[in-house]
Amino acid sequence: MRAFTKITARVAPFDRANIDTDAIIPKQFLKSIRRAGFGPYLFDEWRYLDHGEPEMDCSQRPLNPDFVLNKAQYQNAGILLARENFGCGSSREHAPWALEDFGFRVLIAPSFADIFYNNCFKNGLLPIALSAEIVDSLFKDLTDGYELSVDLESQTITTPAGREIAFDVDQNRKFRLLNGLDDIDLTLQHAEAIRAYETERAKRAPWLFSDAMTAKV
Amino acid sequence: MSGKTLYDKLWDDHVVFTEDDGSSLIYIDRHLVHEVTSPQAFEGLRLAGRKPWRQSRNLAVADHNVPTTHRDQGIADPISRLQVETLEKNCAEFGITEFSMADIRQGIVHVIGPEQGATLPGMTVVCGDSHTSTHGASGALAFGIGTSEVEHVLATQCLMQKKARNMLVKVEGQLRAGVTAKDIVLAIIGKIGTAGGNGYTLEFAGSAIRALSMEGRMTVCNMAIEAGARAGLIAVDETTIDYYRNRPLAPKGDDWFMAERMWRQLHSDADAVFDKVVELAAFDIVPQVTWGTSPELVAAVDGKIPDPARETDAGKRESMQRALQYMDLKPGQAIVDIYPDKVFIGSCTNSRIEDLRAAAVVAQGKKVADTIKLALVVPGSGLVKQQAEAEGLDKIFIEAGFEWRDPGCSMCLAMNADRLEPGERCASTSNRNFEGRQGYGGRTHLVSPAMAAAAAIAGHFVDVSRIQSGSQ
Repeated sequence: MRAFTKITARVAPFDRANIDTDAIIPKQFLKSIRRAGFGPYLFDEWRYLDHGEPEMDCSQRPLNPDFVLNKAQYQNAGILLARENFGCGSSREHAPWALEDFGFRVLIAPSFADIFYNNCFKNGLLPIALSAEIVDSLFKDLTDGYELSVDLESQTITTPAGREIAFDVDQNRKFRLLNGLDDIDLTLQHAEAIRAYETERAKRAPWLFSDAMTAKV
Repeated sequence: MSGKTLYDKLWDDHVVFTEDDGSSLIYIDRHLVHEVTSPQAFEGLRLAGRKPWRQSRNLAVADHNVPTTHRDQGIADPISRLQVETLEKNCAEFGITEFSMADIRQGIVHVIGPEQGATLPGMTVVCGDSHTSTHGASGALAFGIGTSEVEHVLATQCLMQKKARNMLVKVEGQLRAGVTAKDIVLAIIGKIGTAGGNGYTLEFAGSAIRALSMEGRMTVCNMAIEAGARAGLIAVDETTIDYYRNRPLAPKGDDWFMAERMWRQLHSDADAVFDKVVELAAFDIVPQVTWGTSPELVAAVDGKIPDPARETDAGKRESMQRALQYMDLKPGQAIVDIYPDKVFIGSCTNSRIEDLRAAAVVAQGKKVADTIKLALVVPGSGLVKQQAEAEGLDKIFIEAGFEWRDPGCSMCLAMNADRLEPGERCASTSNRNFEGRQGYGGRTHLVSPAMAAAAAIAGHFVDVSRIQSGSQ
């Protein structure tokens, strides 16, 4: 996984609550068996005026001029500012893959849906939950070319006016993201503990460790 | 010290160890796998040269992309076909059992899990699918995960998790005739909102929940995620035990008696403390119909579409206005004056045998209205389909003008050929009414199976509880 330490990037405002993962990346693109290449289809139904299908060449498609990410001033934005419950609905990790592939590294909102929030950390994408008041103040502050600096180590956001905003993040998630660590490697370092758990559990629930758990074809 | 909630008990039973910051490594008893969220996980294993930690704990099935007609001709869409074939190849390579499209046990992953006894009380159950919450109906801790976590579970049989908070949702009293589990859960979502359960595990309790069958409980837990909660739970009781007895993968002989004793402890202690408690009176719940593009935008069938102008919260007002525009509806419009173009009975929420029976009772001897372009019934599994046919339900549906299809996710999310066209309106027994969910530009109204069947017959939404009590 790509590590995240600090960035200074342009902010795109998406003033809408309950943005679901079906909207972030519509179902037809989930047919891909790859992990990359979802960026061109991010917010597909809102971003383009036609109906998108997998493997389409998006450079030829008609853009929706009213959609925020199509506006000239938000090209190359690296931070997305949104409203509450961002990423609700489907567990599809294609949503953070598409956001990351598009170029976002930080998402700021008053709240995120649990599965989506968790998925972001697996993909070098930092979701930051701030109070609704602070998020609202950022929406109001935002002008053309508005940039924020985000520092994960010190857990601070700095505005162009020099205002510092602190944010919370789990220490475990922070450590993994800062160092771009492989979760599976870290867990496998505890292989003995997992085996010990299995041995103890097998005494309490032997049926879980018998052949009966396997469906026969 | 106060007692434990059901969630506390399930959590404590699966902790391998806990880190200083409170994150815990949790052991996963059952991992369900489908074709959409697994290819990248298997590819990750391959690239790192890893093997599954415990093959027997995984069970795979293709459900999202599979066609519901002409199965013998395979999958026409080459991209869908590649995804399903990739699952088959991956399962063969990594030694994981998969129910193929030709297997009678194939079906929607959240239907076949309980049906086979692959998911059982007291287990931790995960799947790369948010509706994994369904399995919580058995008193299991079940939740959806992303693809990185699918790979993590395959490789380690564990997940690093932070414990959620406890919320109790109590529904007391007796339901009115024609009111179902679907109406209960839609009413709950309408009350607490689509983000109301964020950060919580929901335990559904109260006499109205206890009175539900296992299948009704699955419908309720299935939609916990639509209230923002990763997991929904219901305590084990006689109904649970009876349901799992003799399931193909349930414990047998002495193991069964040992399991049963253990499972009977799976309820919240009388003195357990919840972080939040929400209460609903069953008698107040009438059949529900969603009118917007979020499951929380829901009304009673005998009600009207609310006026955004009366909403004081600016954000909510805007969401309501946007939803009305997308859905092409007006404030004050009566729900019974909404006319669907298509009807979909199916999905992991409502495709089990009792759902099909409830719809068939309404459809029996009637005809689908001329204005309905397509009315689909898609059973949740091959075994549900077989059972329904043994009971003659297929004939009831076909004679009424419904199409009787093969099992899969189908028009719940339209990854196969079953979908809405732009502007079409659907009475659907599925779980999400998001923009474009059932097809680009499609408009979804979530309802119970009986309500969907009644809308198919009448051509517009009607209060099925009135039909069933004979007053209409």
